Amino acid sequence: MLKSYINKKLDQKDILLMTHIVMGYPSFEDSMNIVEQMVEAGVDLMELQIPFSEPMADGPVILKANQKSLEKGSTVKKCFEFANKASKRFDIPFLFMSYANILHKFGMEKFSDQMAAMDIKGAIVPDIPPEEGKEYIRAMEKNKLCPIFIFSPETSDERMRYLSDNAKGFIYCVARKGVTGKETQFSHELDTYLKRCRKATDLPLAVGFGVKDKKDMNYLKGKADIAVIGSETIRIVDEKGVKATYDFICNLNK
Amino acid sequence: MKDRGYYGQYGGAFLPEILTTTFDELEAIFNSIKNDPCFWKEYKSLMSSYSCRPTPLTFAENLTDHFNGAKIYIKREDLNHTGAHKANNVMGQGLLVKKMGKKRVIAETGAGQHGVATATMAAKFGFDCTIYMGEVDVLRQRPNVFWMEQLGAEVISVKDGTRILKDAINEAFRDWVENMDTTHYVLGTACGPHPFPEMVTFFQSIIGQEARNQILEIEGKLPARVYACVGGGSNAMGLFSGFLNDPVELVGVEAGGKGLNSGKHASRLSSKDASCGIAQGYKTYFLQDSDGQMKETHSISAGLDYVGVSPILSKMHDMKEARFESATDDDVVKALRFTMQKEGIIPALESAHAFAFAFKEAGNLSKDDIIIINQSGRGDKDIFTVADAFDDPKWKQFIIEKALEYKKNA
Ligand SMILES: Cc1ncc(COP(=O)(O)O)c(C=O)c1O
Repeated sequence: MLKSYINKKLDQKDILLMTHIVMGYPSFEDSMNIVEQMVEAGVDLMELQIPFSEPMADGPVILKANQKSLEKGSTVKKCFEFANKASKRFDIPFLFMSYANILHKFGMEKFSDQMAAMDIKGAIVPDIPPEEGKEYIRAMEKNKLCPIFIFSPETSDERMRYLSDNAKGFIYCVARKGVTGKETQFSHELDTYLKRCRKATDLPLAVGFGVKDKKDMNYLKGKADIAVIGSETIRIVDEKGVKATYDFICNLNK
Repeated sequence: MKDRGYYGQYGGAFLPEILTTTFDELEAIFNSIKNDPCFWKEYKSLMSSYSCRPTPLTFAENLTDHFNGAKIYIKREDLNHTGAHKANNVMGQGLLVKKMGKKRVIAETGAGQHGVATATMAAKFGFDCTIYMGEVDVLRQRPNVFWMEQLGAEVISVKDGTRILKDAINEAFRDWVENMDTTHYVLGTACGPHPFPEMVTFFQSIIGQEARNQILEIEGKLPARVYACVGGGSNAMGLFSGFLNDPVELVGVEAGGKGLNSGKHASRLSSKDASCGIAQGYKTYFLQDSDGQMKETHSISAGLDYVGVSPILSKMHDMKEARFESATDDDVVKALRFTMQKEGIIPALESAHAFAFAFKEAGNLSKDDIIIINQSGRGDKDIFTVADAFDDPKWKQFIIEKALEYKKNA
């Protein structure tokens, strides 16, 4: 169970680290090397994004990675093969991140069966709110997988409880408005919001959007359970190459 | 949100969590006005003083004589302020923005007509305005970019994806998820998450209401068929709305591009190439591959080359409540030229799709029959595209000389 894995890990360290990659960017081979570097450097969970042509919730960095991956010929099938290999090779929980249409087109139940067969623990799909997600939730339930739902600073306490009732594994709290990959102010406002999140759910809290360095991670200690680094690792790969991800993660985990 | 806006299996609101509250608010304000006769009066009064409503229903006598079949009438949405039906939707949403107390509007645009309409509304109501437009469309519809900027809007050229309408919609959403406190997204067609399909149709229904009254007044009877082009579906839904409970055949004409077998088109309902999908916040027929990735679309007209289509029209398609056809780029250019020569009327390239297909059928109908073609907009904006299609040597010479003049003075 994802939740118990997270809680057990939290006995050993103050805050866990989840990273994100877009499968097939810059290439599938590089993607596998990045996963290897990250796991060796001590990442606790990973999100594997299946690229989509219309990634509405993603900012410029991840958007470009989606487009480049597709241009190079990424398909859902290739992403599945990749995810299967990664999860067999590395002993951390992997999650899928994608958009509704990828699951819809594949067939929700079939998609869930595939995930179970590959031992992918759950999915983050930002454009499926629970109201539109009956089939999705049922499909995840069938194989005891975790549908991860999202809290935002705009979400009311009541709605947080509703989302939590539908979620499993953990809650993904977006730190601010906007899309991925922009600056976040780690401020008093964020504190108040995270306190609200904590009160609304028994599930562990992951915080993402704008988390990029050790300082941000230290800030989140005690307030959240998992720090999520998304765009920043893609930036590192773009600027310094695949190998640089190892040092980057090691520094965060010190 | 109380209602999720489903039409059969299509529609819904596939929203990122951050926008949930914004959509609750939008749905609430729309629900508060949609059955309020005072609001509709305010709206009609604005449209008759700031735009040109009711727009005329023109009898096309020469076209009728030529095809020697049904009597052809043209609903003149081109005579709206800013030259297209887009103003109907934009002014309606503008009134809602005032009620919500927001100070900034954003919009996507393909042909630029929706962008120009939004920019005028923003100028009139004192809002800041940003327009997202695909890079390909910026080049195709340069005159409209000029006007948007002169009207005080910021025009952002979108260089991601296929660089056309759907990509402009994605960018507008990315802006909105950051700025929803101050900003309303004026979606330009009957697509997107609930309540947009219903709301845009509501404002555009003024077209059909007027057309029905006008034809009954002039002819004393209903038309046999009505024709509208279909991009996202707002002008079609506007016209169709007036005839939903009548024995009138509703015909939507999509962009056939270089032909339905070429793969280079934007026919979602009249070809076999589209399938049910979820993107841009709603479920409908999309032109997509077997993985669910959106395909490239093509049309000579920037306003019709959209990958999705109104969920309301998708349902009408499945239920056979409307018929969907397509017209190719070549047919459209011919129909445009013919309409100008016969009637002295210049339809937009988008609208010319409806003309092209209606021309194919008019001769097969009886002289007792009436058809109405929706002229969703005027063709002036297409001057560069049409001049190229007509390969007009005098126009080319003029552009060359103008460019030289700019160069000399630069
Ligand atoms: C003149 C004109 N007609 C039609 C359309 C297509 O939109 P819709 O299908 O929403 O009416 C556009 C869109 O830009 C337009 O400018």
